[in-house]
Amino acid sequence: MKRAGFDNIWLPVALLLPQLMIIAIFFYWPAGWALQSSFYLQDPFGFGSTFVGGENYTSLVGNDQYKRVAGFTIIYSVLVTFFSLAIALLLAVKADKVIRGAKTYRTLLMWVYAIAPPVAGFMGILFFDQSTGPLTKFFQMFGWDFKLGVDYNATATAMVIVAVWKQIPVNFIFFLSGLQSIPRSVREATMIDNRSATGRFWQVTFPLLAPTAFFLLIINITYALFDTFGIIDALMKGEPGNNPMTLVYKVYLDGFRGNDLGGSSAQSVILMVLVLLLTVFQFRLVERRIHYT
Amino acid sequence: MTNLTFCATAAAVAFSATAAFAETEITWWHAMGGQLGETVNKLAEDFNASQDEYKITPVYKGSYEETLTTGIAAFRAGEQPNVMQVFDAGAATVIGAKGATIPVQDLLANNGVDFDINDYIAGVRYFYADSDGKMIGMPFNSSTPILYYNVDALEAAGVTPPKTWEEFQATTAPALKDAGYIALSQSHLPWIFTENFMSRHNLPFATNNNGYDGTDTQILVNNDAIKAHFTAVSEWKDDGLFEWYGTGWGDNAKPFEEGKVAMWLGSSGSFGGLLQKDLPFEFSATELPYWEAVTAEPTQTFIGGAALFAMSGQSDEENKATAEFFRFLTAPETQYFWHQETGYVPITEAAYEVAKKDGHYDRYPAAEVGVNQLQDKAGDNTKGYRMGFYVQIRDIMNREYGRILTGETDVETAFKTIEEEANELLARFAKTQG
Repeated sequence: MKRAGFDNIWLPVALLLPQLMIIAIFFYWPAGWALQSSFYLQDPFGFGSTFVGGENYTSLVGNDQYKRVAGFTIIYSVLVTFFSLAIALLLAVKADKVIRGAKTYRTLLMWVYAIAPPVAGFMGILFFDQSTGPLTKFFQMFGWDFKLGVDYNATATAMVIVAVWKQIPVNFIFFLSGLQSIPRSVREATMIDNRSATGRFWQVTFPLLAPTAFFLLIINITYALFDTFGIIDALMKGEPGNNPMTLVYKVYLDGFRGNDLGGSSAQSVILMVLVLLLTVFQFRLVERRIHYT
Repeated sequence: MTNLTFCATAAAVAFSATAAFAETEITWWHAMGGQLGETVNKLAEDFNASQDEYKITPVYKGSYEETLTTGIAAFRAGEQPNVMQVFDAGAATVIGAKGATIPVQDLLANNGVDFDINDYIAGVRYFYADSDGKMIGMPFNSSTPILYYNVDALEAAGVTPPKTWEEFQATTAPALKDAGYIALSQSHLPWIFTENFMSRHNLPFATNNNGYDGTDTQILVNNDAIKAHFTAVSEWKDDGLFEWYGTGWGDNAKPFEEGKVAMWLGSSGSFGGLLQKDLPFEFSATELPYWEAVTAEPTQTFIGGAALFAMSGQSDEENKATAEFFRFLTAPETQYFWHQETGYVPITEAAYEVAKKDGHYDRYPAAEVGVNQLQDKAGDNTKGYRMGFYVQIRDIMNREYGRILTGETDVETAFKTIEEEANELLARFAKTQG
């Protein structure tokens, strides 16, 4: 096969340039600034600043609140990722089997995708309202005095539920198209080999879905870590108080609400490193076990 | 013909451009939403109509925190407004950044506007001043925490509004509970039960003269009086005498407006809003209660709300316009209008006199409570406080208080945590000024 290539080096460079510039301007440049200001404590107006070395980092290590936020972020991400993937997979498998009214059913399941995270958060506020919220009443039926914004666990539960609800449609769409791309012949062959539907699912369907699932796993972890910001912000109603929050939200609070630029920069540098490690881990360890057809 | 029209239009454009140029335009970034925002717009319209040399344009920038952050970002980009509204907790940040603002006292003096700090109401005078007593920010919407009560509820329970927390605990609250009410809620634990707990009892809130005299300040929040107060508050909560509905302001005001809670600690600035809501019961207000065990003679409280700062880096003409706007704003009539519409206190004694003479307090006795409280006996610790990163310190207080009230921590540990984290932030703030 003839190897395709460019005769001139400048053409590919010119074609790549817009993308590279976007990355440089919107990622490398601010990231560099964040790295630099994480070693300083500076007056927000820009008049005074002191070089403090690693103090912004060391003060985070000893801070109980930072540890608590980090702990919550892990639990929150695991719960949101797990439930939004599991529920979406279940719905997709069931939707795949529906023949009559399939389109309506699928459209209804995808609908929530169109809702922006802050809007989802505001709907959460209505559903979990302390006195009139239907979900508040639902939890109270089980004897849980559910109070959004008062009780830490109640607020955390609300954040997980809204975030999962918002993410299910995305996962559903991908899982459904993944299921539908499994060849009919393969399905029919397994029907002969295995009579148990559950067995067929785990032995044949799920491995064939693995590339989709892996892609969604990455997307969902990123979603839980970063994109749920709007939901958390809305459910907090502007006052962090004793509410749970994620690491990204704390970067925002300290930087944009508290005007502590150095401390906030140090936190975002830590987050950048975490995301880097997570990505390496995912591609080195998890992806090796996945077979693309 | 077409050519002629074009020339005429061009001439007209040029003419109107010069006409507009003669009018100095200034901008004012503020955080007053809703009804308050409309009153702010009215103030600006009135100022613009009162003369034809200057024109002010108010721009709403979101919450207090958002306005401060946007203002800082704009300053760093050289795009700052002429006037910026900064709230109480942001005062240390903006006053600490020497060169970011023109002290209002200098601005007025340089532009021939008479200024005497003693014209201002006692509790308002030094809150936005520097350690030498020079006024840096012009107090704008000033309020102080007062106790609102449901007159019908108190009558049903056969009690009068409490003067002291001892009276509340022994008499008022149990009677209200028997009458079927939750006795009390409050809307801002750091402001009402911490900062103003200190001023009401004349207790020092921070070293360095409450933080005015330097940046190597330590917070003095971990003291027995306030710990006893929070121990009492959480006992009241356990006994069903007090309820906490989260950190949000409105969440705690709502049960009072619905008539479930009989008394609510809010801002004197909430008065206008409550009046407009047309509550299904009669309400009134009284001064913030105090502990007799701590002090026999309660002192005046701090103001909350926000001040207007004249940002530096503007032309002399624009600074002159800002000074003229401040002259208009502090005029007794303007202050009285603002006081009537919103419930924020009039900031000058002259304005207070106008309101009194007009019979405003005969019509609405509750409107005078805040003004009176700001004119109670002064003490060494009542002029204000100045602490850096105070927005975060308040957030730490809110977090720990919430944890106390939900049983996640105890009073002793919570105050130790607040003290440690606040002092660490104060030390960090000192370095930002270096």
